Amino acid sequence: MHRQTLAALSRGLAERRHSSVELTRHFLDRIAAHDPGLNSFITVTTESALTSAAEADKRRSAGEAGPLLGLPLAHKDIFCTTGVRTSCGSRMLDNFVSPYESAVTARLAAAGMVMLGKTNMDEFAMGSSNETSFYGPVKNPWDTTRVPGGSSGGSAAAVAARLAPAATGTDTGGSIRQPAALCNLTGIKPTYGRVSRWGMIAYASSLDQGGPMAQTAEDCALLLSAMSGHDPRDSTSLAEPVPDYTATLGDGLQGLRIGLPKQFFGAGLDAGTERCVREAIAVLEKLGARVIDVDLPNLDLSVPAYYVIAPAEASSNLSRYDGVRFGHRCANPQDLTDLYERSRSEGFGAEVKRRILVGTYALSAGYYDAYYLKAQQVRRLIRDDFVRAFRDVDVIAGPVSPTTAFRLGEKTSDPLAMYLADIYTLAVNLAGVPGMSVPCGFDGGLPVGLQLIGNYFSEGKLLNVAHRYQQETGWHTRIPEAYA
Amino acid sequence: MSWASDWDVVIGLEVHVQLATQSKIFSGSPTAFGAEPNTQASLVDLGMPGVLPVLNAEAVKMAVRFGLGIDAEIGRKSVFARKNYFYPDLPKGYQISQYELPIVGKGHVDITLDDGTVKRIGVTRAHLEEDAGKSLHEDFQGMSGIDLNRAGTPLLEIVSEPDMRNAKEAVAYARAIHALIRYLGISDGNMNEGSMRCDCNVSIRPKGTEAFGTRREIKNVNSFRFIEKAINAEVEWQVEQLESGRKIQQATVLYDPATNTTRAMRTKEEANDYRYFPDPDLLPVVVSEAFIEEVLRALPELPEAKRARFISEFGLGDYDAARLVGDKDLAQFFETAVQAAGSANAKLVANWTISELLGRLNADEKEITDSPVAAGQIGGLVARIADGTLSSKLAKTVFDALWNGEGPTADAIIEARGLKQVSDSGAIEAIVDKVLAASAAQVEDYRASDESKRKKKLGFFVGQIMKESQGKANPQQVNEILLRKLGG
Amino acid sequence: MALTESDVEKIAHLARLSVTERERAEVTARLTSILGMVDRLQAVDTAGVEPLAHPLDATQPLRADLVTETDRRDDYQRVAPAVENGLFLVPKVIE
Repeated sequence: MHRQTLAALSRGLAERRHSSVELTRHFLDRIAAHDPGLNSFITVTTESALTSAAEADKRRSAGEAGPLLGLPLAHKDIFCTTGVRTSCGSRMLDNFVSPYESAVTARLAAAGMVMLGKTNMDEFAMGSSNETSFYGPVKNPWDTTRVPGGSSGGSAAAVAARLAPAATGTDTGGSIRQPAALCNLTGIKPTYGRVSRWGMIAYASSLDQGGPMAQTAEDCALLLSAMSGHDPRDSTSLAEPVPDYTATLGDGLQGLRIGLPKQFFGAGLDAGTERCVREAIAVLEKLGARVIDVDLPNLDLSVPAYYVIAPAEASSNLSRYDGVRFGHRCANPQDLTDLYERSRSEGFGAEVKRRILVGTYALSAGYYDAYYLKAQQVRRLIRDDFVRAFRDVDVIAGPVSPTTAFRLGEKTSDPLAMYLADIYTLAVNLAGVPGMSVPCGFDGGLPVGLQLIGNYFSEGKLLNVAHRYQQETGWHTRIPEAYA
Repeated sequence: MSWASDWDVVIGLEVHVQLATQSKIFSGSPTAFGAEPNTQASLVDLGMPGVLPVLNAEAVKMAVRFGLGIDAEIGRKSVFARKNYFYPDLPKGYQISQYELPIVGKGHVDITLDDGTVKRIGVTRAHLEEDAGKSLHEDFQGMSGIDLNRAGTPLLEIVSEPDMRNAKEAVAYARAIHALIRYLGISDGNMNEGSMRCDCNVSIRPKGTEAFGTRREIKNVNSFRFIEKAINAEVEWQVEQLESGRKIQQATVLYDPATNTTRAMRTKEEANDYRYFPDPDLLPVVVSEAFIEEVLRALPELPEAKRARFISEFGLGDYDAARLVGDKDLAQFFETAVQAAGSANAKLVANWTISELLGRLNADEKEITDSPVAAGQIGGLVARIADGTLSSKLAKTVFDALWNGEGPTADAIIEARGLKQVSDSGAIEAIVDKVLAASAAQVEDYRASDESKRKKKLGFFVGQIMKESQGKANPQQVNEILLRKLGG
Repeated sequence: MALTESDVEKIAHLARLSVTERERAEVTARLTSILGMVDRLQAVDTAGVEPLAHPLDATQPLRADLVTETDRRDDYQRVAPAVENGLFLVPKVIE
């Protein structure tokens, strides 16, 4: 059963080939068997999973027939889930049992999906390798000496090893797309404002966006249709109607204009990765797409702009962790300052502290204009680059990550090197446009992802391109041997 | 104030007004005062991980109402910013406020000084923000307790120009803001419950100089009386510092009514770096022309306009007019009473309302809205004074009866007790004769006294006559007749 | 921009994080290297460019002034580290 896509499992449920309880048990068993070697879950919700699976089966026998009814999935531990620990990968929230439910998990639960558990992640989503988690690093199922990417590394590893048929993730600077690429998954970061952020623990509010990580574009379309939509509890959530993303998957690609920015193929891109990406683009051309050169002149400024804006917002977002109302509190605080400083210093890991300090500095008196304001101006330049490019093309294509999965520990001693590897993904968040990662080949036995970037609200188009590509190629169907 | 000829005082006020919305500014929690601790603190108010703010439409409307009420520029596009600092009553570690682009820009408020002159005080800006919670300092095993019920209550912070030159002007400005917010219906203005709180920025400079001195900010003053006392205490202190050659450090201070002194707070001023930046969870607030028009049309008559009208329409003096419009309910009371008394008697209504009624209410610590004597009753009473039915002495008797609820109207009380003033000169003459006949010795004494002492002695006869007439004799007539008879 | 250890101390205090003496040199070096990378922004000509705070040109939606929350203190305080009589406890606040 675990080799099937979400869509196939859905058909199986509809045709009564298996029940939700059977499916759920199967994946729970796989988690029990395989996760100790991967560390992709922080919390496995065995009991509640079986209860909701039984409920889903009951709903189905009562005549309900939604496409997601009874399908299991895993949630990134950044989404608040009532009565379940929601840690955000941090010691700070190790004891935080959420008293409320996030919009994303509530929507998927309402559609009848069954939560298997909460997946591991970089602490507060800050990282690109899943090595900053308080719960330890996640291993890449394709090579357990390597990282799965981050920050949604647990979700990526769990789905790659088929411990869950799909998972949710969040993407602030590439945190869905990069682990998807490194683990051979399909993942999409929607337009900013498409998916409600209510109950999604904030890292950088103007960049954070939730989205699905799955085996295929079709599965992503199914999930995204259910996750998206206006939420009055999130002021930045958009009222734009949500199309049925599955309806346009099969559209032809005749005449599709694909933009290739030269900035995506410069120095720093691994030859093997470039080869896979170019081959994928050739496949799209064969399907009728036309390739056009585009220019994103400010792309390389996305790294410094992002590493000002995201830490600045984070420094403020993470001020609420003060040991007073929830979360970690130090033992025997002597006074207020002691309570704050010790609770926070004990509760946060090194990378989180580093970003809080950078952000605090960027916002502090005398530096605000030079850092924060400047970064927001550069952010507009970057956004304008995309707006201009999308006058000429429908989709922009390129790599997700300059390399395949690197070794555990390889970059932990050099945070800057890790930041620079985010070069192809950050601009998408700064501009707020949708982007996705699609499996497009292997280099040295490790997966490579093709990035597709669309104009605002063009998720349907991205999923369509990815789906047609996946009908021509088999990369996305590959499963690491040990988990087949 | 021996220093007054040497120093100029410069005062600016920051007034925080809690807006009278049903729910909080960014959440659906109730804003009622006095609930059990933390029972009105929702996920958003507690700053739980993952929660988000959504702006209350009514708070925006109230801010715009205020802006139009002080003739200010309305920010067509205003932006919420985060003010970052750590404090236990501030759940998120930042306060959502407005910084660079406030919803209300430059405006002004006119205040009436004691001598009746009007002074214009500039308002720099007014912005929306969320209130913090409260720290309770009773001893919980040596700890403080935090109640977040108040956290997220909408506040309008009104920042004045440093246009005030003494404590009395500052109080007049605070009173004018208080009157305005109550007329506009945007706050109950209850200072005891913290619905209106003042921070007073005070500095002094050598008389005749231009440059501002270093200011100190007196935080959270919660009554008009304390505003005056706190500022005066602070000025005294600053003068003493400068005159003894010391420098003033910028500081935040608290006023202690018990010692009538100000003292610097422990929070280190130099450590404050609020790191304001636009709140990424909220989008720019856009106010349309149509919306402004709509709010403008619904604006009630405001204190300044009412004051001018009371003077022109009713012929009231500056002081009385200012006093009456100072409170929306009082002005309303006055106008209702005038309707009952007839507008020709408006001045008399003003006198009775201000000296009699307010005096009694103050003594009983009652508000005008709790007055046992209704506006129509005062009007009816004044009408009977004006038409000569009641002497002022009798009127006081009737007023007392109304105060004690002994009758529904002045007329009913007059009727029931036969309190009509006797103005029949024959009847009065008879009483005078009777009293003089019974007081032969006093008459002798009066006539023997010289002019300077007679006046005092006359009082005895008047007293006896009024007693005899049960207070009903027209006092003017009594005087005339008495003088005629004694003089003879 | 090279940070000094005393800059780091100041920032750390603003952020209420303690950086021990032992960590200070390393933290300072790392922050300096990050800020060095970020300093590339300074070379960009942004004259006349309006800062972009949000990717989309949307405006703030407004919520009707309705009370929608009920008292759930017990639920919410279940995750609180120190509570008494419904109050969150903190070391004594001195003004």
